Amino acid sequence: MTTARDAILRSVRIGLKRGALDDNQRAVLDARVPRHTRPAFDEDLVERFIRKFESRAGTVVRVSRRDEVPAAVEAYRASLDLPERAAIGAALKDLAWPQAWSVNHGAATVDETMAVTAAVAGVAETGSLMLCGGPDSPTTHNFVPDDHVVVLDASRIVTHYEDAWTVLRARAQGLPRATNFVSGPSRTADVEQTIQLGAHGPRRVHIVLIGG
Amino acid sequence: MEMRSAEFKERAVFAIHDASLQQALGKARGGFVGKRAQQAAELPEFEQLREEAKNLKNEILANLDHYLERYEAAVTAAGGHVHWARDASEAREIILGICKRVEAKSVTKGKSMVSEEIGLNEALIENGMEVVETDLGEYIIQLAHEPPSHIIAPAVHKTKDQVSDLFLAAHGGPRKTEVADLVNEARQVLRDKYFRADVGITGGNYLVAETGSSVIVTNEGNGDLTQTLARVHIVTAGIERVVPTLDDVSLFLRLLARSATGQETETYTTYSTGPRRADDLDGPQEYHVVLVDNGRSKMLAGRFRDMLRCIRCGACMNHCPVYGSIGGHAYGWVYPGPMGSVLTPLIKGMDNTYDLPNACTLNGRCASVCPVKIPLPDLLRELRHLQHRQEISPPMQRRALSLWRFVATRPRLYHAGEWVATRMLKLLSSDGRIRRLMLASGWTDARDLPAPPGRTFLQQWQDQRGKP
Repeated sequence: MTTARDAILRSVRIGLKRGALDDNQRAVLDARVPRHTRPAFDEDLVERFIRKFESRAGTVVRVSRRDEVPAAVEAYRASLDLPERAAIGAALKDLAWPQAWSVNHGAATVDETMAVTAAVAGVAETGSLMLCGGPDSPTTHNFVPDDHVVVLDASRIVTHYEDAWTVLRARAQGLPRATNFVSGPSRTADVEQTIQLGAHGPRRVHIVLIGG
Repeated sequence: MEMRSAEFKERAVFAIHDASLQQALGKARGGFVGKRAQQAAELPEFEQLREEAKNLKNEILANLDHYLERYEAAVTAAGGHVHWARDASEAREIILGICKRVEAKSVTKGKSMVSEEIGLNEALIENGMEVVETDLGEYIIQLAHEPPSHIIAPAVHKTKDQVSDLFLAAHGGPRKTEVADLVNEARQVLRDKYFRADVGITGGNYLVAETGSSVIVTNEGNGDLTQTLARVHIVTAGIERVVPTLDDVSLFLRLLARSATGQETETYTTYSTGPRRADDLDGPQEYHVVLVDNGRSKMLAGRFRDMLRCIRCGACMNHCPVYGSIGGHAYGWVYPGPMGSVLTPLIKGMDNTYDLPNACTLNGRCASVCPVKIPLPDLLRELRHLQHRQEISPPMQRRALSLWRFVATRPRLYHAGEWVATRMLKLLSSDGRIRRLMLASGWTDARDLPAPPGRTFLQQWQDQRGKP
C-alpha cells in the first residue's frame, strides 16, 4: 500500500522532474552554510538593545551586580502594588528573594501574578530577549502572569538573531523544547488596528539588566 | 469551508455597498501600507533581503523532498510525530484521530490558515468537541460565524461597534465600547480555555529541518499559551514551509513582520521542538505535525512554483486596490487578494473560480511589495491563459479575444480600425467626455469615459517626432 508520505514525496519529485537525490547530493545540501545578509549597524549593543526594547513598550532598569536583582524586582513589584508572590525559575533560586514573598519554582498557574525569568541572550538588532524553557525556567512563566520580569546580563547581548543561536548551541543542555524570542509585552491590533497591550501574554515586560 | 468564489461578482457588489465594511476597510488601508513603507525605508538591506529570500526559497523548493525527510527525522528524534496528508480530508482525519484517541473535549487554536484551508473547525465541532479560536481576530469572527477576511488580520472587516455587539451577545453585559475593555474581556474569557484545553492546534510559519522545530510568530502570545498549556500540541503546516536551518529562519523573520504589520519584529517568535521532556515542568505531553500537501506538490512542476515561496505576510492584499475596495469575503474562500486569486484556482480547481484571476487590474503593486518577489500579476495572467485554453472563460469573450488577436497581429487592419474607432468616439463625445456608450454601460453608468482626441496614438507620435 502506498502511504501518504510516499505519495507526497513522489509527487514532489515528479514536480521537480527528477528522482530521489543520491547520497552525494544530500551531503552537499547538509553541508550548506547560510550566508545571507545581516543588517549592519554600528550602535553600541547595550544601548541599541535598550532603545529597541523600550520602543516596543518594554521597560528596563539597570543594576551593577547580580545580587542587586531581588531588590530591583521588589521595587518593581511595590511600584505596581502587586501581591507579594512570584513564579521564579530555579535558575534564579540562589538569589536572596524577600522573605515575605511566596515563591513558586514550578510551572505558572492561572492565578500567578508575576514571574521572574533568566534570559539566555538579548538580541540588539530588534531588542528581543531569548528565553529557553526547561526545568529551571518553565515556559509558562513567560506567558501566564500579567507581569514578567526578565533578568539579563549585559554581556549576553549579541548583535543578530544568528548570534543568539550560537550562544544557545554552546549551552550544555542544547536546544530546549521551547525557545521564545520576546520583544516587549503582548499586543494586538485586531480591533480597528488600534494597538492594545496585554492581549493574552504579559501586560508588562520589565528587564533587570546587570552590568554593561 | 465551502468555497463561494463563483459568486464573486455578486459578493463584490454587496461589499461595495456595505457601509460598515467600507468604514473598516478605510481604517485599515492607510495603516498597513504606511507602516510597511516606513520599515522598508529604515532597513537599507531590505531590497537585498528580498532577493536573498527569493533565492533561498527557490533553493528549498528545488530540494523540497530532501528537506522534508530531514525535517521528519529531526522531529522524530525530538520525540514528536510527523503525519503526512495528501489532501484536506486526510488532514482532517489525522487530526480527528489524534483528538479522539486522547479523548479531547476542548480544543484551543492559534491562528492557522491551513486549518481554515482543510475545514478543521467544522470537523471537530461535528465530532462533539468545543473549538476555541484564541487569536483575538479569529475569536471575533468565530463569534460572528464568519470566515477570516485577511490572512493576518482576520477580523479587519469588523468595526469596533460590531465587536461590541458580538461580545455583548457572547459574554453578557454591560456592553463594552473601548478597545482596551474589549481586549481585556476576551483575555479573561480565553484564559480559562487555555488551561482547560486537551488539544492545542497552531500553524507553523517555518519548519526547521536542522532541529525539527516548528516556529510560530505572533503579537498576542495566544499561540504560545495554546501550545504550552494543552496536553497535546498539533501543528498544521503546508509542505512548502520547511526551512533548512535555524539561521535561515532569521532571513525570513526580517522580512515577515516588516511586510505584514509594518513592525520591525512581532512580539513573540517561538521555536517548539518535540513534546515536554522528562524533567520539564510544563509543555505538552504529545507533539504532532501534520504536513499538508493539498495541491502544493503539483504546483512545483511549472510556472506556479513561484507561488510556493509565499510566506503568508498579507502585504499583497494590503496593497491591492481591488482587495481594498471589496475586502476579503468577496473572494469566497480562505485566501483572498492577489495571493488568494492565484492559490484558490490552483488548490480548488479552475471551475467556479473564474472571476478571481480576472479581478485584477495588473497594476503590479502586489509584486512590488512581495517579500519573496512572487510575480503575482504574471501568475494571474497565466491563469487567464489557462482559462482561455481550457475554455472556461465565457465563449463571447474568447471570440472577442480571438478577433482582437486577428486584428492586432495585422498592422494595416489594426491601424484602419483604430482610425475609424477614434473618430467614432470623438463624434459620440461632448466636452471631451462620453456619457453613454453602448456595450460599455458597466463603465458609463457610474462615470464618464474620457473621449479620445480624434487622432490615433501613432499619428500623434509621428507629429511629435517631426518637431525638434
